[in-house]
Amino acid sequence: MTAITDRQKLAYIAGQAADARVNIELETEGMTLNMGPQHPATHGTLRIVAKLDGEQVIAADPIMGYMHRGYEKLAEVRTYAQVTTLVNRIDWLGSFANEVPFILASEQLMGIEAPPRAQWIRTLLFELSRVANIILFLGDMAVQLGALTPVFFAFRDREHVLNQIESATGGRFHPNFDRIGGIKDDLPKGWLAETKATMANVRKFCDEMEELVMGSQIFEARTRGIGVIPPDVAQQYGLSGANLRASGVDWDIRRDNNIGLVYDKLDWKVWTHTDGDSFARFWVRMQETREACNMIEQLCDGVPSGPIMAKVPRIIKVPAGEAFVSTENPLGEMGYYIVSQGDLTPFRVKIRTASFNNVSITPWILRGVYVPDIITILASLYFILGDIDR
Amino acid sequence: MSSNEVEVAEEAPPTDELRESLVSRLTELVGDAVLEHHIVVGKDVWIRVKNEAWVEVGNAVRVPMGARFFGFVSAIDWMPSPYGRSMDSAVDTIVKGATDKPVPEMVTGYAGGESRFQVIARVTNLKAGWSLNLKTDVGDAEPSVASWTQVYAGADWHEREVFEMFGINFVGHPGLRKIYLPGDFEGNPMRKDFPLLARMVKPWPGIVDTEPMPGANEPADAASSEEAVS
Repeated sequence: MTAITDRQKLAYIAGQAADARVNIELETEGMTLNMGPQHPATHGTLRIVAKLDGEQVIAADPIMGYMHRGYEKLAEVRTYAQVTTLVNRIDWLGSFANEVPFILASEQLMGIEAPPRAQWIRTLLFELSRVANIILFLGDMAVQLGALTPVFFAFRDREHVLNQIESATGGRFHPNFDRIGGIKDDLPKGWLAETKATMANVRKFCDEMEELVMGSQIFEARTRGIGVIPPDVAQQYGLSGANLRASGVDWDIRRDNNIGLVYDKLDWKVWTHTDGDSFARFWVRMQETREACNMIEQLCDGVPSGPIMAKVPRIIKVPAGEAFVSTENPLGEMGYYIVSQGDLTPFRVKIRTASFNNVSITPWILRGVYVPDIITILASLYFILGDIDR
Repeated sequence: MSSNEVEVAEEAPPTDELRESLVSRLTELVGDAVLEHHIVVGKDVWIRVKNEAWVEVGNAVRVPMGARFFGFVSAIDWMPSPYGRSMDSAVDTIVKGATDKPVPEMVTGYAGGESRFQVIARVTNLKAGWSLNLKTDVGDAEPSVASWTQVYAGADWHEREVFEMFGINFVGHPGLRKIYLPGDFEGNPMRKDFPLLARMVKPWPGIVDTEPMPGANEPADAASSEEAVS
């Protein structure tokens, strides 16, 4: 069933109520389906309790917290430099991207700015994390719909990207590379050329996915018109990233509210899709990966020479104040609201993650869909459990 | 209006017309519900509003002002932690587990505040490209404020999180229950007086295990500010 507006859903529920009388005569009853916490289609430990009427979902209630690690509380007893180690583990597929908004918010409070070379390298690693993250989505979405091959291709080609991240930062998954005032190390020799060569691999992967997945009739039948999110609903729930742009809202923090990164010096475009369905979300992410390849190539050509650290005190005390800085992470808007009282540790850190908002729409969007479409919709919303549970 | 803003205004570029106009527009719409505001020029604006007018303010920023995008709802506990404010304490009071030092006075942040708990929300107008940070005081002993679920549907889960982490009651929320923690969990972990057990049983990573930097004769504080790492 194609769910489009609230009104249609209400009409559907009213219809169900009318059918209920028939059901009483036929002695049918609703059923509760428990998906997870461990289920091949749930990305970690998101559990969904769905009340079913036949094959249709009447109400879905996501239950999480199986991975809640309390980073907001832990950040209050860590120094600013130590917090990046924590936040690495929020969205573990694009770790470097988690560090950047926190560092940028701290820098904003301290009134310092990283030197140009550090900003370029940050942007470069940021986009590499995006590619590493979304490659996995492109394969994973297909595997959830029953096509096994694409996910192997995804893991194969993601490895090249991870290798580049590893050789620059020392960590495949948790780089912990960003510092207040700059970055930890300079790039290794020959790294820029290697990275550019890697992008050719990623482009090839995107082409393969376009043929293998998007060109497949089954894939289209399973995703077109499934899980439609109208733009106003998307904004009310605070959906961000590709989920928002697939609903036709042309908003990208990289272009519209760019802080501290060098996106304004690159030639690129923001992709949107007007359909708002699962297919659109896949399509937008596919285009974004290609766009990220473009950006990385431009970044590799343009990295200026110079220092990689600004002058910062050895012991970092952030002046009292409040700041919120967000960036366009692979999953959407991720931001940190930092309250400082002039100590070595933050007084309060609110972590605004993309997945938490993106998944909060599930009770609304799953109402009225068929059971197999639950998988499609969850896969296309694309969340990381660490990003929800923090 | 606030004293902080005057300080900012004395610095080089004095005004932020966009954010000034946002504050005056909101004042037009909700009248004296706007208590105080603070503008960081070119960056952000904080507006503190009356608790009773929280929903009214939400409706005013969403429809007439066009801030359709919901960022987050969260809370801040302004009470200084009784377990030591930070790791610059000479003795790690967290290890001893109590209040050797005098507890500093409560200081609130931008746009002021009168109570221990404050709810903060952030909304954005995507077309015009501005965001508002809205704050409201919710009280000390039994903090409570009206729910925003009828204004922004996405506030649902955020308010559940604030409810379990800070113990703030959102009046009118359709299903105010725990979101992360197990059902029988007692206490509100993000309150400042909720002890972090990991730090009470093991002095890590506090002052106890820090070593002086190689070559530094003086204790870390004195050597700190001028010296730079490059």
